[in-house]
Amino acid sequence: MEAILDLPVIGLILQFIGYLVQVVVLNGGLIITLSTPIGLGALCGFMNERSGVVNIGIEGMMLASAFGAWYVASISAGFLPDAAGPLGFTLPLLIGLLAGLATGVLVSLAHAWLSITVRADQIISGTIINIVALGITGYLALLISQSSPRSAGNLSALNLPQPVTDIPVLGWLLATFLEHGPITLSMLVVVVVLQVLLYRSRWGLRTRAVGEHPRAAETVGIDVIALRYRNVLLGGLLAGLAGAWFTIEYGNSFQSGMTNGRGFIALAALIFGRWTPLGSVGAALLFGLADTFGRAIRQTPPAGDLGAVLGAIPPQVFAALPYIVTIIVLAGVVGRSIPPAADGQPYEREATAR
Amino acid sequence: MNLRRTLSLVTIPLLAIVLALIVGAVVIIASSPLVSGHLDLVLPLRAYAALVSGAFGTVNGLIQTIVSASPLILAGLAVSIGFKAGLFNIGAQGQFLVGAVAAAAVGAGLAHAPAPVAIGVSILAALVAGAVYGFIPGFLKAFTGAHEVVTTIMLNYIAIQFVAYLITGPLRATGATFARSPSVGAAELPVLIGRNGHLGILFALVAVPIAWWLLYRTTIGFEVRTVGANPDAARYAGMSPRWIVIATMTVCGLLAGLAGAGEILGITGYMPAGYSTNVGFDGITVALLGRANPIGILFGGLLLGAMRAGSNLMQIQAGVPVQMIDVLQGVILFFLAAELVVRYVFRVRAARAQVTELQTVSRSYGQQTTP
Amino acid sequence: MTEPTAPLEQHGPPPALEMRGITKRYPGVLANDGIDLQVHPGEIHALLGENGAGKTTLMNILYGLATPDAGQILLDGEPVSISSPSDAIRRGISMVHQHFMLVPVLSVADNILLGEEPMAGPVFLDRRSAYGRLRDLATFFGWEIDLDAPVGTLSVGWQQRVEILKAVYRNAQILVLDEPTAVLTPQETREIFTMLRRLTTEGYSIIFISHKLYEVLEIANRITVIRRGRVVGERLPSQTDEEDLAQLMVGREVQLTVDRGTSHPGEPRLVVDDLYARDDRGHEVVHGVSLEVRAGEVLGIAGVAGNGQDELVEALVGLRRPSAGRVQLDGHDVTGAGPRDLHQRGMAFVPADRHRFGLVLSYPLTDNLVLTDYFRPPYARGIMRDEDAIRVQAGKAVEQYDIRTPSVDVAAATLSGGNQQKVIVARELDRDLRLLVLDQPTRGLDVGSIEFIHRQAIAKRDAGTAILLVSAELDEVLELSDRIGVMYRGRLVALMDARSATREAVGLLMATGGSQPQKTDTGAA
Repeated sequence: MEAILDLPVIGLILQFIGYLVQVVVLNGGLIITLSTPIGLGALCGFMNERSGVVNIGIEGMMLASAFGAWYVASISAGFLPDAAGPLGFTLPLLIGLLAGLATGVLVSLAHAWLSITVRADQIISGTIINIVALGITGYLALLISQSSPRSAGNLSALNLPQPVTDIPVLGWLLATFLEHGPITLSMLVVVVVLQVLLYRSRWGLRTRAVGEHPRAAETVGIDVIALRYRNVLLGGLLAGLAGAWFTIEYGNSFQSGMTNGRGFIALAALIFGRWTPLGSVGAALLFGLADTFGRAIRQTPPAGDLGAVLGAIPPQVFAALPYIVTIIVLAGVVGRSIPPAADGQPYEREATAR
Repeated sequence: MNLRRTLSLVTIPLLAIVLALIVGAVVIIASSPLVSGHLDLVLPLRAYAALVSGAFGTVNGLIQTIVSASPLILAGLAVSIGFKAGLFNIGAQGQFLVGAVAAAAVGAGLAHAPAPVAIGVSILAALVAGAVYGFIPGFLKAFTGAHEVVTTIMLNYIAIQFVAYLITGPLRATGATFARSPSVGAAELPVLIGRNGHLGILFALVAVPIAWWLLYRTTIGFEVRTVGANPDAARYAGMSPRWIVIATMTVCGLLAGLAGAGEILGITGYMPAGYSTNVGFDGITVALLGRANPIGILFGGLLLGAMRAGSNLMQIQAGVPVQMIDVLQGVILFFLAAELVVRYVFRVRAARAQVTELQTVSRSYGQQTTP
Repeated sequence: MTEPTAPLEQHGPPPALEMRGITKRYPGVLANDGIDLQVHPGEIHALLGENGAGKTTLMNILYGLATPDAGQILLDGEPVSISSPSDAIRRGISMVHQHFMLVPVLSVADNILLGEEPMAGPVFLDRRSAYGRLRDLATFFGWEIDLDAPVGTLSVGWQQRVEILKAVYRNAQILVLDEPTAVLTPQETREIFTMLRRLTTEGYSIIFISHKLYEVLEIANRITVIRRGRVVGERLPSQTDEEDLAQLMVGREVQLTVDRGTSHPGEPRLVVDDLYARDDRGHEVVHGVSLEVRAGEVLGIAGVAGNGQDELVEALVGLRRPSAGRVQLDGHDVTGAGPRDLHQRGMAFVPADRHRFGLVLSYPLTDNLVLTDYFRPPYARGIMRDEDAIRVQAGKAVEQYDIRTPSVDVAAATLSGGNQQKVIVARELDRDLRLLVLDQPTRGLDVGSIEFIHRQAIAKRDAGTAILLVSAELDEVLELSDRIGVMYRGRLVALMDARSATREAVGLLMATGGSQPQKTDTGAA
């Protein structure tokens, strides 16, 4: 009885693992591409939460920036030359990218002001940012679509020369990690820089102190409010980058609500990555894998028994996969992942207690 | 609660609305070139006039306002009861959807049963589905520490896929031109008043006093509020924060599921595959407008319902898209959170009461509940 | 109160620090009311006052953490304005706060360097360059300290030393220590005193804040007494004594110790057998504690904070599940029983952290006073609350326990610490008790409230209740207990009759566990 049941199952599992490896090998680059908005979003969250500000509004920041980058790029495309430079950069796209960054910073400013100066509940502040961003971009996109604006196109991926990618293993690695557009490449740089700075720079030391024990930081002369502002705004820059990815690198148009929960998945990645840059982006890759896997099954389903089994699973299950993975990760990990001690607590400069 | 206290409690929400209308006007003017082709300074007035007359100008408009308000009131309760227990339920959206699809499925199955049975069982199905969908994040929060803000949002996305699967798959009506569930037939809620004032509006109107009574007059409500205000003290008082968190989330889901049933059984009569709704976010707005108090939520829901009901006329008469309501709602929320600005702008000294619990949601972020 | 303050003659250089007419008002309270203070170079100046008298507020103003409504600060005779801690640090003022300002996850070195980081270039830290100086400083005090250990792993005494290194590293001229001895054993206190005297010979001026009379008499060159935000007297230690200072500090004659009479212990009420418990991070912090509390006696558990007392208490009152061992109350096995079960068996608990376990601050007194009984008659029938019965009970409690409040409907948060504690005491003690667990019941309270709570406890004892008192405040344990136990690193290392216990002996046990005559605890615990 057992042998009959077990054998096919083991066979299936082995096939599945084989298929998974195949997906990773064939779509390594796509995994990194798809994890970019999550990774950059998680880094935005990292900047916020390490200094003690919870940011639930990453989703809204990304959405607003995606809109800002796309809209400004498409307007500029109307009157600016669009000769492409390296990595597909045209003048309109460059301006669009800057607009996306600016939007991210501007929305972060609202979050910083609400949660640091006004000392509103930070989760409610973030939620409001999500709702406002969804509302305003949806409203504007609808109005703009009536005039069918022209697209400014999108940034293109780095192309390594054939001889390099032909090197066994190393060539694959280089192609997987480097054949990306500038925004994805920038994530790979930023994550390393942040990881080093966190533990080796004055900024990192002070950020950690403020996120853990703001009053202790203040008593040694650190301006807690200013540091939090600076970090939240810098985080906004990263959210802006993540937003721009949607509309001027990965795609070239804007749809209402197109971030589709990536900002929230980024939060889970941040927690899973234990509030470190490398960990967060590593976790983002896991979500990128889930996303890639869901797509690969639809596009290049495996053959044989496994194909039959996976084919019987409704496609919506794979579409929901990143979200399911997020819940599993949170439920499985969160208890062992300790957030910065002052995360979510507004800071009052003067102790009102006697 | 005396009159003065009540007045001071409603001041901030009212002023937030006024400020939002002003900011909304600026947005309308700024985007007016896209609507009327030139900068149109009176467009906001035309839009708001259409909005008001759409919501209150006719008896049918008024009824439509109440009909639109009903799910918002239920969703508002689903969010604010969570607030009372220190939980931020952003999952009303998903709970609404699974409630709706459950009502659609069971209603379709009982389309030819006697109406009371069909209605009763369909609603029960929606209640159970919503409750289960609320139970999941509650359970995860209580036993694994996974924060409900992220899990409920993920469940919202999963619910969308789940509904899409059901409606395009097993629940798909044969012969329909687009993917939708079969008609609910006998399970359709009777219209009590006007053109579409269906039975569902009573659900909301009954839920408000029950919620108020439970929260403020029973030991159950006391436990919920204590867990929200100080979970450690609740534990010492012999309460079980874990079970209260789970029970509260379950009840929240149940209310949102009921809202879903009302929409399907009372308005559409079936569920389309791409059924989209804003009820989850609207519920948050309503809860904050109503300051997490059931009575306040009744009014918050009616206000937002009026905006939704009047928005169609606004789009027709002034050319301002209905999405303008989302913008207004967001700005209202912004000013509610930034009480300080409202106070500063209007120089008011309003009571800060009731806001404390809204300001402590972040407390449990990322942390495990105490074992 | 008795005599006008004699101005002490002034000579020589201007005071290192002078504060003139400092006034600070918080909502509902005048924390500082025209305070004048002069600290001379090289002196140890004690600031004596009750909890809540305004000492910490005054020092927060000096340190730039609070802005005064009126008044002036002069350093070496020059008026200065100090609007932030960095101002204070720049002007050579350092402060060791009552609640340590250390970041637990950061290393000792990082905590000391934070804010004054040695840099290699504009971005990166150069920690190593500072290590030499840090080691020299530690050696100067004769301390051996692991600079790379996370501060959170150090014992309280060592954290205190890190705080002092922090101050000295910043080349302070004026060092403020806010209740530095509150968490220390008598031996550690003596060590700190030696170090402070040494610092004065190095030119430091020191402000020493305390409410302990004998300490102030021992260490200070000059004493300023503050009561209710005003300076009520200035003394030289040679011209005063404990009675005089106590009277100045409290404003009336006080009995320095409660007359606890004699106890008449009866049968064992609480029997704890080989109890183990873990902390929130899963580390075992209570190792095999066995003890017995008998009817009509007070068993006091002394120990430096963080030696497992919190977890022991939580395990006994049902807030934490013991990992092993047995607890019996009145002969019934109650191991792992919940708080409500224990409550019904006649146990009451006055928690150390009244804001965490004791009260729901946003609730009115009515709800707080029935917090553990809300579900039973007469306060509820079925699930229906009976608001009238709750109000009647609240009114009674407020009167009987002398809770100063405008009404029973105000939020608990609006009461003073002493009155908040009285709310808890009223709720917990107002019934027949089998066992009363007091965890630091008077932490941070004024003398009047302390007296009140101590008297209530003794009255309960005399009525036959078994009392377990846990306190890091050695004086409190010595004052109230009939028998004394000492917790050290999760073990009960001694159990003795209070009559044979001395401050010295208990203090030594607290510091070393007493197993062997060994060195005091090392840096990394």
